[in-house]
Amino acid sequence: MYGNISIIDKSSKDPLAGEDPNMLEEFEAKIARGEKIEANDWMPKEYRRQLIRMIEQHAHSEIIGALPEGTWITRAPGFRRKMALMAKVQDESGHCQLLYNAAETLGKTREDMINDLISGKSKYSNVFNYPAPTWADTAVIAWLIDASAIINQVTNSKGSYAPYCRALERICMEESFHLRYGYDNVVTLATGTKYQREQVQDALNRWWRPIMHFFGPPDVASVHGEILMRWKVKMASNDDMRQQFFNQYVPKILELGLTIPDENLKKDPETKKWTYSDPDWDEFFRVIKGDGPCNKERIAVRRRAEEEGRWVRAALVKPTMSYAVPLS
Amino acid sequence: MQVFTSLDPRVNRAELPENPETEFTPKQALDQTQTYEVFHQVKTGAHHTHVGSVHAPTAELALAFAKEQYGRRGQCVSLWVVNSSAIAALDVRDSDIFDSATDKPYREVTAYANTREKIEAFKNKQEA
Ligand SMILES: [Fe+2]
Ligand SMILES: [Fe+2]
Repeated sequence: MYGNISIIDKSSKDPLAGEDPNMLEEFEAKIARGEKIEANDWMPKEYRRQLIRMIEQHAHSEIIGALPEGTWITRAPGFRRKMALMAKVQDESGHCQLLYNAAETLGKTREDMINDLISGKSKYSNVFNYPAPTWADTAVIAWLIDASAIINQVTNSKGSYAPYCRALERICMEESFHLRYGYDNVVTLATGTKYQREQVQDALNRWWRPIMHFFGPPDVASVHGEILMRWKVKMASNDDMRQQFFNQYVPKILELGLTIPDENLKKDPETKKWTYSDPDWDEFFRVIKGDGPCNKERIAVRRRAEEEGRWVRAALVKPTMSYAVPLS
Repeated sequence: MQVFTSLDPRVNRAELPENPETEFTPKQALDQTQTYEVFHQVKTGAHHTHVGSVHAPTAELALAFAKEQYGRRGQCVSLWVVNSSAIAALDVRDSDIFDSATDKPYREVTAYANTREKIEAFKNKQEA
């Protein structure tokens, strides 16, 4: 559900160094005409690098993202909700498969991606480093985090890299179920007993800041950002996506009689833009670096799954096997 | 040994060490086995079209994974899988071989549009 290229990686000083100017011109003209880039087409090294990083992060976010919600599978209130939650978690695991494949077409193997996830070299969406202490938390996640993810994914699906766009289209179809499921769960609580309403309000209070973090800090103008926009790797600014979220979901939240825990959140009638309190971007960076409430547990769970499944995978390998990069 | 205390009872049962004694041994090549390309048919009578790929050790398991991945919500009546390495693809740098496709009008329906005129001309001539 959850890819956000919220922070642009600027580790390459001159992102276009050493590129053939003719090939580059042709490549950029193609994108400007609205054509898509396929796996075997010529592409600048920086395009490949940024896309691998972005799609890989998105894939990791899907598989790690299933963990906070998965916490409640054993204790979901009722059989139907248990089945629905399992279906959602299963979808998210499927999304990670689709996205790992899309990243693999660019030349990084799945083994390397998972190694980098477990070693901490690769990141995933920050919001999954927070816990889901109650059932109401899962409702808020499935509604509002998935809603944010949909805004992000629909935006990215108009990008230039064809295998990523195709994966996103399939993912977005499934996400529409997640959104309805999450909304239904929140509505059930918000229209229920006093205790249920309190629970969902508390969960919203806990998740509001991570939701504000979801789209990443406001973009600052940079050469890298400009190039990624031109190459249709990044399709909208972080703030534009956050504004879209406010427009679509603030009225829906308020309609349920819930309170948004930010006194400064309001829409400026002149500019039609929402203003909001600083959601503590220092915390955001601290958690990304590993110091969130659940970072270590999330990775430990992933590591255990890899280690305990290893003998099964090893038993299945045959000497005749050879790896080929997926086609598209 | 300190283990994680989690909100998730499954994590608690797993007794995951907070500070593992050993480093994670990285996955080696082929740990995720090989890749298969997946083709699905949305209704009988339609072509099978490519939808993506899966990792699997055998074709049989590739079909099982493909069903989970690409046949989850209807819209699929048949699936094929083929090992990715079995597919030969045209080099993109050779894609100019398609350029000549448009200067062969004799292969198009529109190149045979004036048959009726010929017949009419023939009839007129006979009547004259
Ligand atoms: Fe997802
Ligand atoms: Fe989702």
